[in-house]
Amino acid sequence: MRKILVLAAVAAGIAGSAQAADITGAGATFPFPIYAKWAEAYKKETGTGLNYQSIGSGGGIRQIKAKTVAFGATDAPLKGEDLTKDGLIQFPSVMGGIVPVVNIAGVEPGKLKLSGDVIAQIFLGDIKKWNDPKIASLNAGVTLPDANINPVYRSDGSGTTFQFTDYLSKVSSDWKSKIGTNTAVQWPVGIGGKGNEGVSASVKQVANSIGYVEYAYAKQNKLSHTLVKNADGNYPAPDDKSFQAAAANANWNEAPGFGISLNNQKGAEAWPITSATFILVHAKPEKPEEVQAALKFFDWAYKSGDKLAADLDYVALPANVKDQVRNAWKGVTDNAGKPIF
Amino acid sequence: MTAATDMTSLPAGGMVTRRAPKAGFDRLFRTASFTAALLVLVLLAGIMVSMVVGGWPAFREFGFGFITSTVWDTQNEQYGAWPAIVGTLSTALIALVIGVPLSLGIAVYLTQLAPAWFKKPVSTAIELLAAVPSIIYGMWGLFVFVPLFAQYVQIPVSNVVEGMPILGTVLYSRSPSGLGIFTAGFILAFMIVPFIASITRDMLEQIPSVLRESAYGIGATTWEVVRHVLVPQAGVSIIGAIMLGLGRALGETMAVTFVVGNANRLSASILDPGSTIASRIANEFNEAMGLQLNSLIALGCILFFVTFVVLCIARLLVSRVKRY
Amino acid sequence: MTTSTSASPRELPHVPWGRVRQGRRSADRAMKLIATGFTFCAIFVLFWILGMLVVKGIGGLSLATFTQVTPGPGSEGGGLANAIVGSFVLTFLGIAVATPIGVLAGTWLAEYGRKSQLANLIRFINDILLSAPSILIGLFVYVILVEPFRGYSGWAGGVALGIIAIPVIVRTTEDMLNLVPSPLREAGAALGAPPAVVITSVTWRAAKAGMVTGILLALARIAGETAPLIFTALNNNFWFSPSLVGGVSNLPVTIYQFASAPYENWQQLAWAGSLIITMSILVLSIVARRIVAGGK
Repeated sequence: MRKILVLAAVAAGIAGSAQAADITGAGATFPFPIYAKWAEAYKKETGTGLNYQSIGSGGGIRQIKAKTVAFGATDAPLKGEDLTKDGLIQFPSVMGGIVPVVNIAGVEPGKLKLSGDVIAQIFLGDIKKWNDPKIASLNAGVTLPDANINPVYRSDGSGTTFQFTDYLSKVSSDWKSKIGTNTAVQWPVGIGGKGNEGVSASVKQVANSIGYVEYAYAKQNKLSHTLVKNADGNYPAPDDKSFQAAAANANWNEAPGFGISLNNQKGAEAWPITSATFILVHAKPEKPEEVQAALKFFDWAYKSGDKLAADLDYVALPANVKDQVRNAWKGVTDNAGKPIF
Repeated sequence: MTAATDMTSLPAGGMVTRRAPKAGFDRLFRTASFTAALLVLVLLAGIMVSMVVGGWPAFREFGFGFITSTVWDTQNEQYGAWPAIVGTLSTALIALVIGVPLSLGIAVYLTQLAPAWFKKPVSTAIELLAAVPSIIYGMWGLFVFVPLFAQYVQIPVSNVVEGMPILGTVLYSRSPSGLGIFTAGFILAFMIVPFIASITRDMLEQIPSVLRESAYGIGATTWEVVRHVLVPQAGVSIIGAIMLGLGRALGETMAVTFVVGNANRLSASILDPGSTIASRIANEFNEAMGLQLNSLIALGCILFFVTFVVLCIARLLVSRVKRY
Repeated sequence: MTTSTSASPRELPHVPWGRVRQGRRSADRAMKLIATGFTFCAIFVLFWILGMLVVKGIGGLSLATFTQVTPGPGSEGGGLANAIVGSFVLTFLGIAVATPIGVLAGTWLAEYGRKSQLANLIRFINDILLSAPSILIGLFVYVILVEPFRGYSGWAGGVALGIIAIPVIVRTTEDMLNLVPSPLREAGAALGAPPAVVITSVTWRAAKAGMVTGILLALARIAGETAPLIFTALNNNFWFSPSLVGGVSNLPVTIYQFASAPYENWQQLAWAGSLIITMSILVLSIVARRIVAGGK
């Protein structure tokens, strides 16, 4: 017993010695890997750590409202009135793309072409078989099996689902009226996987399935992605170029807190299901120095984090958007009303 | 502990001078231990109250319909518990159907068949099944068991039963992913086996050996002794042990969340994905806000009362089991 | 019983021995086979799980696993040091909360409450807490400690684990104290020692091995708990604050997060962590059983 107590004391001691004042943040799971990566590099450079916990976008919003963290993170942007009501400032940190992935024998990655409307009908259960004429007409030359389609969706509430359903609502009025846009919706058909990994695993294991995951998961798990028709009628390949193309033509000032949707943007090379992920801070924080540290971190990430983001298949914001964000940070003030950045 | 070492010097030390503080210590000790015992009651009451209070807005909003409704719609803020309740009960039931025969077989093996030198390692191994963390069962389930199950059981079974009456519904899976209600129940079965098996073993061992020996004496086989002597003797306690296992199966979270498929729908097939109350909470709690959060706590409240009733019955049947 | 005993002697002269015996014997043999088969089936699953952990986890084990903090996705190196230490801290915090309460409550049940109605009620409730779903305890602590104090903390995690450990310790303490023969207590009382002194210096002493086992079993029970930590201590990618305010890194939640990620180095660490945690718990359980066996 005594030995155990000594051990515990030693353990606590180790923990104590290695501690510096960390930035705390919580929220969206989608950017968790890149924030963890940035945090690692930032800690090496500055000695300041970032403890980011991926508890989900809803959790991030809840935590920042409760002021338990310096910043919250969400994939689904808050609306202008919510930002004003809670005195929050919102800005994007990084972008990524969502890709539909399939598991059909004989269909190679990037060979199957789908339109937004067809994807919506598949997930609504209206298109039931892979050799449905609506799919076949988009895919001349591809042999599609006479097999039931097994849709796979995210069972947990997630920003990925929010962006995916937002896209479907934009391209299908049927989807918009029956299902709508949310972090979790009532899926009429299919099986649920918990997290991106749950969806990836199910798609891998279930023949004739279709799911949607963030691009990084599709790539790392070597899943077979599909091409999706964009607003200009083209089928760009999902990669950093097409994700950037989606952001280039967007008007970021259209919505308060940069809360625009990048789904179905115009542009010949624009990937249709692209989204930014957002950070929330209080405009008049109780502990300004904590928020200041958080803003410094994101400033560093804008300056030096693009390469790390690209390594993990995320896409950096366009330079002009970064400047606009830095400008927006002037709205974060300390108790005396002075901007802290 | 310091008090204890202090008191060992009692016989040698002067009794008189130490009497006063000792009386104080006696009262203090009694009060402290009584308070600690009461704390057990307070804890349970606290859990109960926090569940009811947290879930109240959902119960008030939806009334009794909260239990019977099958809708779980975050978009329109409509919540119903029925699919999760059915999922919870059916996974637990499957766990019992598989787990109880296994446990009874193990208990019989351990008490009647195993060679003496072999008993200890075997019962340790069985009890270690209970020590494996829930999340490890989940990972084993998802990464190892599920692919095998899908390939060698689910797909062949689905092919055979497709179109058959009843079986074609109950055992057919539209998407043979290996995930689903049955898989969750199967893994739960191995998680509850150690509890049921060890209590049953203890119960069988407690039966006076006179009974067993006289049955053997008149020429009964081992099976007949088990069937006609031991099981009737320990019957009620065994049912209690099973209820205890049921209580475990109802509230198990991590393992189930990994393999149940997390679909919020009712399905007639046990090979289809579903969800349980615990998996729903684990899936959505951190994302939930407002009424959804209340509804999740209300689900927790239902789970609490169901397990409470089951465990009460279990404890009344196994008046005092030796282990847990 | 009645059928077999009354039937066989009467039918003995008429029915050919062999057939009856054959039927009974094959039923017996089938039962034995099934019981043995079931037992080995359960043992097989245990070894299957352990085998999986060793095969997938051993590659991720190195000195760095124990000395370095959790790495970023795809980064070189890194380990689980912060998660391992965090798990130690949370588990011992839980045990530190649960031990005094559990031992005192168990003592009250065995020595003061005995067969009173209140004691029976507390025993009953304790047994229910023993099997209460751990996720509900996580929810409960979230409601009483995380929400009001605005944020996840190691303290909340420790308390949640403590609440899970309390009923285990109450139960074993009471059982072990009941095994102490009463003449020991009476001898103590005859020396003029008040009850508290008899309990602390005689009864506890006699039951020491068993009580320690109870605490070790509680330790094994809470060390691998994941569900209650997700709502309370959460996790931390770096060293946590020594004040335990804010997320505290721990193995179960780290395993949960890393196993779900698409990055190979994280998955490797998740399996290594699973191997470490399961083996520690199994060793702890075996040691606890040894103590009891040795103590008897």
